[in-house]
Amino acid sequence: MTRGMYIRRRLMLMLPTAFGVTLVTFFMIHLIPGDPAVTMLGIRATPKAVALLHREWGLNKPLYEQYWLFLSRVVRGNFGTSLFYSTSATGLILRASLVTLELIVYAVVLSVVIAVPLAVLAATHRNRAADQAVRAIPLIGMGMPSAWIAIMLILLLGLKSHVFPVAGLHPGFVGHLYSMFLPSLTLSLGIAPLLIRSLRSSLIDSFDADFVTTARSKGIREYRVLIRHAIRNSLASSLNILGLQIAFLISGTLVVESVFALPGVGALMVNSIFRRDFPVVQGITFLLALAVILTNLGTDILHSILDPRVRFE
Amino acid sequence: MAGLTSLPIPLTSDDLARGRGSRRISPNLVAGSIILFVVIGVVLAAPLITSYSPTALNPSQALLGPSLHHLLGTDELGRDEWSRLLYGGRVDLEIAFLAVLASFVLGTAIGCLAGYFGGWVDALVMRVVDVILAFPFFVLVIALVFILGPGTKSLYIAIIATDWVSYTWIIRREIVSMKRHEFVLAAAALGYKHTRIMIRHLIPNCITQAIVYSMSDVVFTILTIVTLGFLGLGVPPPTPEWGSLMSDGQQFITTHWELATFPGIAVVIVGIGLSLLGDGIADLLRVK
Repeated sequence: MTRGMYIRRRLMLMLPTAFGVTLVTFFMIHLIPGDPAVTMLGIRATPKAVALLHREWGLNKPLYEQYWLFLSRVVRGNFGTSLFYSTSATGLILRASLVTLELIVYAVVLSVVIAVPLAVLAATHRNRAADQAVRAIPLIGMGMPSAWIAIMLILLLGLKSHVFPVAGLHPGFVGHLYSMFLPSLTLSLGIAPLLIRSLRSSLIDSFDADFVTTARSKGIREYRVLIRHAIRNSLASSLNILGLQIAFLISGTLVVESVFALPGVGALMVNSIFRRDFPVVQGITFLLALAVILTNLGTDILHSILDPRVRFE
Repeated sequence: MAGLTSLPIPLTSDDLARGRGSRRISPNLVAGSIILFVVIGVVLAAPLITSYSPTALNPSQALLGPSLHHLLGTDELGRDEWSRLLYGGRVDLEIAFLAVLASFVLGTAIGCLAGYFGGWVDALVMRVVDVILAFPFFVLVIALVFILGPGTKSLYIAIIATDWVSYTWIIRREIVSMKRHEFVLAAAALGYKHTRIMIRHLIPNCITQAIVYSMSDVVFTILTIVTLGFLGLGVPPPTPEWGSLMSDGQQFITTHWELATFPGIAVVIVGIGLSLLGDGIADLLRVK
């Protein structure tokens, strides 16, 4: 199978899933108990406002027409008007998504920075004390609520020692790096345990692999074998783990952005839930699922480029 | 390789070193069981361990700090934190175990039917699974809780509606690879009913993967409940719950760090217990 064929097949497989995601987000409105417009508007439910929402959501039309209306709006990137801000929900979400994207990229970088040295340490000292200690990290790390990690980091690195700011966003690139350090660290501590586990085992596999034996027998120095051959190969296979973790990272942004008062999509979702701002919640739910689908597609394609064996499976 | 006794469970190098077929009770299994046993025991015995009510307000005794009377101090409404921690554990563990059990049963049944019958049933089920897996787990759960309205019932519905797909995915894959084995074909040739083949022959041989997964799934589910509680979207007050204890304690973090810290430690301890137990069960049943 050529790379082009592989990518085309992956794209075709994505379509039914994307279609299903539109169905689920469409039906969200019909799961609301009572009249969705009245429930969402709450005390703001004047007859005029209710009638307006009924018309916008097409609630008086048959179900398939409602879905068609929804689909034709979604395709044009229109999720309706925010009930709280009275502006376009899509605009709100897009403005917030930059912060979230920055946060996720930052967290991925930090998690690699944390995981690679620890995994190398464990794999090169297999079954010795250092390895045992590193292997205990996933055990403890998997059960840590991100809200709790955030509070502990705020306590230790923010309030006690005043090293890092604990809320809000400082201007400028350096300001962003500085003020987003604790939120990103919180997220990265959530995924680092899995990354350490997978890197350690793939490093150990590659130490036994022929290409490392070959490199060693050619007299290449050990640290060069490690960096150029073993780590590089292991990182390619851990890419998939990172890709799969994107859904976890996105989920984490809801808590982390709320705790650290960052104006991202996660905080917007949580705030919109409290404001009963249905169009924004629906739009975010859809777009985050789309982001996961596209990231999975992206990592699969990237993996097929880095590791040509994938395409022939 | 097929036959009545040989199951397609891949042996790992560890298994081979230990000798094929030797099932052993690993230290992980013992340690995990002890941790969980103690935690569940302590939480269930809460009325015997503490005489304080987890919900009785006592504003004159607010924010006392740890002492012999109040092991973890009191919160801003004068409620004993140690008592709230114990009773809160009941809530978190009960919802997590029951919701995972329901997802396990539902997901296994659907996965078994899809894998066994194949065809359009399988295609349809797997498309639904793909779609639900496309949503970030927590985002879908929180959206469902929002739509259904706050409350414990919504929590159960949202978790089960999102979580069953993992079990369907695991079981279906196992069944598809196992239904071609001779012992299944033999059962079919003997004229056994589909239900008997599925329940007596297929599920017992496929279930170990799902059991091992369910241990870490309970951890994820506790994290989900705690996070919802922390955000104020979980179990409604005044019922104590580890997530809401953390968010209540957060505002007093500089003066009373213990309020927000110990609920998190409780979650971590349960997480360690379940991870060890999961590893131990995997060792015992020889699945990796």
